[in-house]
Amino acid sequence: MSTLQINGLTKSFYSAKQSRLVLKGINLTLADNEFVSIVGTSGCGKSTLLSIAAGLEDYDDGSVCVDGVAISGAGMDRGVVFQSYTLLPWLTARENVEFALKAAGYSASDCRELADEHLTQVNLNHAAQAYPNELSGGMKQRVAIARALSYRPKILLMDEPFGALDAMTRRQMQELLTQVWETHRLTVMFVTHDVEEAVYLSDRIVVMGPGTVKSTYEVPLPRPRHEDMCTSPDFIALQRQVLRSIREDTVESA
Amino acid sequence: MGYVDTAKHDRPPPPTIVSRRKRGNLFVIGRQPGRAGYIAIAAGVFLLLACSWWLASGLGLVSPIFLPTPEAVGLRLSKLAADGILWADLKVSLYRIAIAFLVSSLMSIVIGVLAGCYGFWKASFEPLVDFVRYMPVVAFVPLSILWSGTGDFQKFLIIWLGTFFQQVLMVMDAVKRVPADFIGLGRTLGMADRRILLKIVLPSAFPGIWDALRISLGWAWTWLVLAELVASTSGLGYRITVSQRFFQTDTIIGYILLLGVLGLVTDQAMRAAEKILFRYNRRRP
Repeated sequence: MSTLQINGLTKSFYSAKQSRLVLKGINLTLADNEFVSIVGTSGCGKSTLLSIAAGLEDYDDGSVCVDGVAISGAGMDRGVVFQSYTLLPWLTARENVEFALKAAGYSASDCRELADEHLTQVNLNHAAQAYPNELSGGMKQRVAIARALSYRPKILLMDEPFGALDAMTRRQMQELLTQVWETHRLTVMFVTHDVEEAVYLSDRIVVMGPGTVKSTYEVPLPRPRHEDMCTSPDFIALQRQVLRSIREDTVESA
Repeated sequence: MGYVDTAKHDRPPPPTIVSRRKRGNLFVIGRQPGRAGYIAIAAGVFLLLACSWWLASGLGLVSPIFLPTPEAVGLRLSKLAADGILWADLKVSLYRIAIAFLVSSLMSIVIGVLAGCYGFWKASFEPLVDFVRYMPVVAFVPLSILWSGTGDFQKFLIIWLGTFFQQVLMVMDAVKRVPADFIGLGRTLGMADRRILLKIVLPSAFPGIWDALRISLGWAWTWLVLAELVASTSGLGYRITVSQRFFQTDTIIGYILLLGVLGLVTDQAMRAAEKILFRYNRRRP
């Protein structure tokens, strides 16, 4: 059982002259093994919410609990995949995964074995010896996913991990992520601004307005998911609904 | 790229370059000559300067007291080398710059990294360093002699004053350029701050720090010669002042050229080391 509960979360950014409320009492619970996407326009606070859940940012009020226990800062129970490429450039792909495993306290031989196993899962066993500089953007993010999964966090937090990738690579990454997730089965919080991506990947979609949860949509599509579903009437109808909900926010705040 | 992504669709082959020779006009912004062209142009400029020097001095347009011929400079340098004077001067100067630069670099790395990471050290050092940085090093020369005489320590002091305060700021900058998400990654892996500093920040900032050291080494040569010009009984700078007293313009020009070569050699050596140290930034064929 791994759940993430966010209760009454409030957060302001303070600058010299003013403060800006970016999260206004967010309530959100991710059930065990649930894949939840958070969508919304840029600046709605979705990335801030994820940073707080990761323990990388402070908050003013409310609580964040993993399995009912309040978090204190970042920890290995939550793995994070960032939007920017965070492979350490002086380490090879394998060493990057091993870096995380070493931090988690695995023995050297376990590190090697687990690193190779997870690189294989993201189809990159052939590039284990390559430095990040030699990998494409999609490959870098695959290593980052392998790294975040390797030490078995309870919850995976992903902040627009495919945001910097081209459309073709994005598609392949989404497919790969569903495959990996369907075998691993863990609780995922996935921030994106791509509605199609959210529908394709998630069990549930949370639409955020400026600082608030605007609405929530269950995704009734069966698993395992495959690419053909993206053209089914159900898929398209849901996609439209979510889009409309996002737009309402935009009009309101404009 | 050495590693082909098998999950990707086959990419079309890269377009073949039609004609490498068709580079055209080099007086267009951003257009670069080929490697051979670059070397030819650069060598041409050196040759042009050497020729005008040789013409001006060789034809007697300028008195040898002001500008001796290239041959005279060459002969003088080889004589000084044969007498061992050149090597003695070089040894003393190299010793001074090596010690001073090493101490300054180590200090700036420690303080620069601390100030780049921790708010407390930043507030303690940054304003101070910024202030001292604008004090002209030259003005410290009389003071440094009053304080520490005219020995090697005074030379160290001048070189240190000239390089350390610049280095600290550049090292701080290199540390600040470490992506915030790298540190976030360390946090999510449950690493303590000290480990993040050693395992993530330092290696990540290292190429930038190395670059800062390479650039500041060039300045260190200048401060070395300055210190030796003013109060010294040995070293390359000392020889230049003494030669001025005896109107030995050939020695002065020879030593200045030698200093230029020394600077170039050390710079190239550090660049070569960079290629080995940061091999991971290179794309393998």
